[in-house]
Amino acid sequence: MSQRKDSWPLWEVFVRGKQGLHHKHAGSLHAPDAEMAIKNARDVYTRRSEGVSIWVVPSDQITASNPENKDSLFDPAESKVYRHPTFYEVPDGVKFI
Amino acid sequence: MENLTREKEFQAKLDREVKIEPKDWMPDAYRKTLIRQISQHAHSEIVGMLPEGNWITRAPNLRRKAALLAKVQDEAGHGLYLYSAAETLGVDRIDLEEQLLDGTAKYSSIFNYPTQTWADIGAIGWLVDGAAILNQVPLCRTSYGPYARAMVRVCKEESFHQRQGYEIIMTLAQGNEAQKKLAQDALNRWWWPALMMFGPSDDNSKHSAQSMAWKIKRFSNDYLRQDFVDRTVPQAEYIGLSVPDKDLKWNDERGHYDFGPINWEEFYNVIKGNGPCNRQRLKTRNASFKAGAWVREAASAYADKKASRKEVAA
Repeated sequence: MSQRKDSWPLWEVFVRGKQGLHHKHAGSLHAPDAEMAIKNARDVYTRRSEGVSIWVVPSDQITASNPENKDSLFDPAESKVYRHPTFYEVPDGVKFI
Repeated sequence: MENLTREKEFQAKLDREVKIEPKDWMPDAYRKTLIRQISQHAHSEIVGMLPEGNWITRAPNLRRKAALLAKVQDEAGHGLYLYSAAETLGVDRIDLEEQLLDGTAKYSSIFNYPTQTWADIGAIGWLVDGAAILNQVPLCRTSYGPYARAMVRVCKEESFHQRQGYEIIMTLAQGNEAQKKLAQDALNRWWWPALMMFGPSDDNSKHSAQSMAWKIKRFSNDYLRQDFVDRTVPQAEYIGLSVPDKDLKWNDERGHYDFGPINWEEFYNVIKGNGPCNRQRLKTRNASFKAGAWVREAASAYADKKASRKEVAA
């Protein structure tokens, strides 16, 4: 995305809901630097105790897979049902497996 | 030709209820419609702070004041979520802001009405946020991913807004004669503008059909308006207030309330900029943008200074 010179850089915000959980993408915001981005993220994305930790990443530092390649990237997994436990037959009488 | 096939695939995707994400291909008109709708929505949240901000310093007690402050802060947050969602479509927030400041962008007409008494704060929460919720809940399933996700967050936070408004109105409606009068007067003034929030009737809504096909919009304006009337009338009755519509009547056959005609002339007049507070709202926004300039400059200067110190140290 092109960015105007007079606007602050865009940051992606990730919030850890509580200890033990992943940081999860919450949204984005503009801030002049990382420190301000964290402060703003606190006000914008955690007004109701939604988090215990925040990551901010400059949006232009994220490399994303191209949606046009979606099929070639992800289709191969669809035919590999044997990667799931339900693919295998276990008699009813057998327990704890 | 290629675009035609792509558009067909795009529509097929929507018909399968697959969400569209920022980097997916989309028709230009879809992108434009979303930028218009999401930015107008964001502007509404931002301008929406003004009528309520008017009463923060005069809230009747600390409990009400804390709630109102939190609500106004939420509106700012909602504006920011929405600007972020709009930016994923390739626009810059600063350009959108400029459109708001120079008066070329639209925002919800309801915020061009004045908040004359404390009861208006109750009426706004109850009716305006109530109407907004009905508009916004279906938007949680809108076809554009970032908009839908922003709306989920907004809707979660919005329900306290409506409840705090109803509590304010209820308290006044159960108070002394003067307080009751305030509550009734606020309902009288906000009822019709709240009904107008759902937009023109279905036959006159120029963007509706395409937005429905694109699944940006999930329900028609008239459907949502009826839903609002059906939910809100009993809430007014419960606290002994009367809805200012002599044609309002329960229709057993339809299973809905019938209600009187809306004054669309007023609606279009306010949209055109001739509402009671259009000029005042824009003036306030511009003044506050100017007054905040030094804060933005200081933050930038501080960031630059820190960055240059890091370079020296490295």
